[in-house]
Amino acid sequence: MSQTKGIMIVGVGGQGTLLASRILGSVLLGQGFDVKMSEVHGMSQRGGSVVTYVKFGEKVYSPLVDQGEADYILAFERLEAARWISYLKTGGTLIVNDRRISPMPVITGALPYPDEIVEKLRASGAQIIASDALALAIEAGNPKSVNVVMIGILSALTDFSEAVWQQALTDCVKPKFLALNQKAFSLGRAYAQKSL
Amino acid sequence: MVSIIRDLVEESRIFERNNNMKTLLLGNEAVARGLYEAGCRFVSAYPGTPSTEIAETVAKYAEIYAEWAPNEKVAAEAAIGASIGGARSFCAMKHVGLNVAADPLFTVSYTGVNGGLVIAVADDQGMHSSQNEQDSRHYAIASKVPMLEPADSAECLEYAKLAFDLSEQYDTPVLFRTCTRVAHSQSIVDLSDRVERALKPYEKNPAKYVMMPGNAKNRHPIVEERTKKLVDYAETSGINRVEMGDRSVGYVTAGICYQYLRECFPNASILKLGMVNPLPIQLIKDFAAQVDKLIVVEELDPVIETHLRANGIRVDGGKDLFGLCGELSQNKILNALDMQTPAYIDFGETVPPRPPTLCPGCPHRGLFYTLSKMGLTVSGDIGCYTLGSLPPLGALDTTICMGASISGLHGFNAVRGVESAKKSVAVIGDSTFMHSGITGLIDIVYNKGISTVLILDNSITGMTGHQQNPTTGKTLKGEPAPSVSIEKLCEAVGVKRVRVVDPYALAELKAAVSEELAAEEPSVIIARRPCILLPEVKIAPALYTDHDKCKGCRQCMTIGCPAISFADKKASIDPTLCVGCELCIQMCKFEAILKKEAN
Repeated sequence: MSQTKGIMIVGVGGQGTLLASRILGSVLLGQGFDVKMSEVHGMSQRGGSVVTYVKFGEKVYSPLVDQGEADYILAFERLEAARWISYLKTGGTLIVNDRRISPMPVITGALPYPDEIVEKLRASGAQIIASDALALAIEAGNPKSVNVVMIGILSALTDFSEAVWQQALTDCVKPKFLALNQKAFSLGRAYAQKSL
Repeated sequence: MVSIIRDLVEESRIFERNNNMKTLLLGNEAVARGLYEAGCRFVSAYPGTPSTEIAETVAKYAEIYAEWAPNEKVAAEAAIGASIGGARSFCAMKHVGLNVAADPLFTVSYTGVNGGLVIAVADDQGMHSSQNEQDSRHYAIASKVPMLEPADSAECLEYAKLAFDLSEQYDTPVLFRTCTRVAHSQSIVDLSDRVERALKPYEKNPAKYVMMPGNAKNRHPIVEERTKKLVDYAETSGINRVEMGDRSVGYVTAGICYQYLRECFPNASILKLGMVNPLPIQLIKDFAAQVDKLIVVEELDPVIETHLRANGIRVDGGKDLFGLCGELSQNKILNALDMQTPAYIDFGETVPPRPPTLCPGCPHRGLFYTLSKMGLTVSGDIGCYTLGSLPPLGALDTTICMGASISGLHGFNAVRGVESAKKSVAVIGDSTFMHSGITGLIDIVYNKGISTVLILDNSITGMTGHQQNPTTGKTLKGEPAPSVSIEKLCEAVGVKRVRVVDPYALAELKAAVSEELAAEEPSVIIARRPCILLPEVKIAPALYTDHDKCKGCRQCMTIGCPAISFADKKASIDPTLCVGCELCIQMCKFEAILKKEAN
């Protein structure tokens, strides 16, 4: 296997995972890495389970992260964390927004929503940072900024300086929403620094 | 609170930055950039995942004329016309779109080009957003047209430019094959400036461009000669690249599979094919002679493998290892070769699937609830409304291809009779109706059918992410345009019963469907309300439930709205998802769902 790092951003269609991956891509590109990112467009964006793969290193070939290959998984919802946990590398870290969004089979009563997902994942040996990213996003001024809160949490786990992340934010977000997103980023970053 | 499905936070697009720098681009954006740099002047396309962003990106370059065509056949024909007219021209579509455009493809292969002509086709291995996973390489072979297959964004840009050069040099259209993992992956590209290409002179030349038998007979041998020359190119040009390493196994591959292989085996010997039709023979023979075992790694059909076997080259592994279905990945390749894959955590419990759903406030929801409740047979089509097939709505009986809802219903009712026609409808969106629904409607009227057709007019092409179409009054470039009147079009083909209803008004909608089903003549009901995700649609405040009044009857759950959930025998509404469409209010007999009073 070549020495590349993998990050996955998983969530529910409409949660803004694409913007999160673009900010991350901008940071990694700025650090001089080779970068590849694979996204999901089209049908599955309509409220379905969505995943973005981010790969970086000296030279990246496959844009996909496969089972057991992710250094970090950012899960925007806890059922999605359970769905994708098999992609986490041994020793990798799961960052999860500990919030429930019921999928249609649960809404219709066809299947139960598993309980105590985060506790079970922790018991399975995964390193986990769980947060209420939605509450932080609302504190920042808009529930839609969950994506940038999650990026803020990830930023605290990496070696890249805060300035690098701030620059990427400025490059990727419309000026009108920059202040809101800067606040969301800072709240996420501060939360992670407290949890570490 | 604003719905989370609304994109409040938008990113500035990367391609708006300066030239001559490394930047991350989607495969589709890189193709668009390649067109720009190659001096392409004309682009026509019909939206289809995963090809859509090519035309959307091109539309932002002022130097390139770009349009949405009503369907892929028209897009291809328009690009052919622009090529004959002397311009470097391009059209784009998804794999099933090439079925629609196959007719012009096979004959433009005979005529060749004037300005370079490139036809992009995006395959969808794994069917992320498609009704089948056909392998478009068969079209290149069948139409005798060269096909390039890039493996990342840098090659998307480079090959797009190369495709025009090949087209003009060999007097041929060039097929350009991508797939979901190339089209929708971002990787690093180097940008260059555009090279302007003057319009080539147009000279009348019936022997080349009028394909009646006498002329076509003379063109066919030219096509066969061209293929021989293209094989020479494939052997020697370097587009098919040998990378020698460990010689115990040699892999022959192309496109995205090259990336998976290289990730697994950094030191392996690989023959990477950049042109997948026509294939070289001597190059592959020479490569095979240098390795102990030869393995072909390709997704879907054994196109390369069959070519090797037909030319007497020994293949030690191919489809017997990797199968015919779906995508490959690093681990799938390692598993197929019986090699170790990384350890992973197993959650150990069933994780409920999360299929895509109709959005909260979607105008299609009430319609499918009504059709389902009426127990009708529903002939479906391609678009967001295909999701009306999923529980709890479960409304659709069939979905085959673009336009088949109407023509399929006509055939169904022709054999099952008048009583069937009174219990069945076709559903089709505005864009799909323009694409190929109108011909089916003509079939019904002309052949004295009595079927009822529902046109779900949400003022946009929805599923592919909001593209304009001939009914919306705007072009791909966002300019105002004449809009087709669906009512007048239906009347013009001879439908006498055409009416418009609001799909949010359930009682009125149900009455309209009942009346039109009873009428023993063709009828069209246009269910008209814009997509809830359109920026100009105003979102109402979220509704809420009164738990004292809620009797727990679950009637509101039957519409399958993601904003409504049920716990402790009471319904609740998620204020971050609800857009206040009031469909659920029409479900509740106990007045337990309420609107916020205006202050």
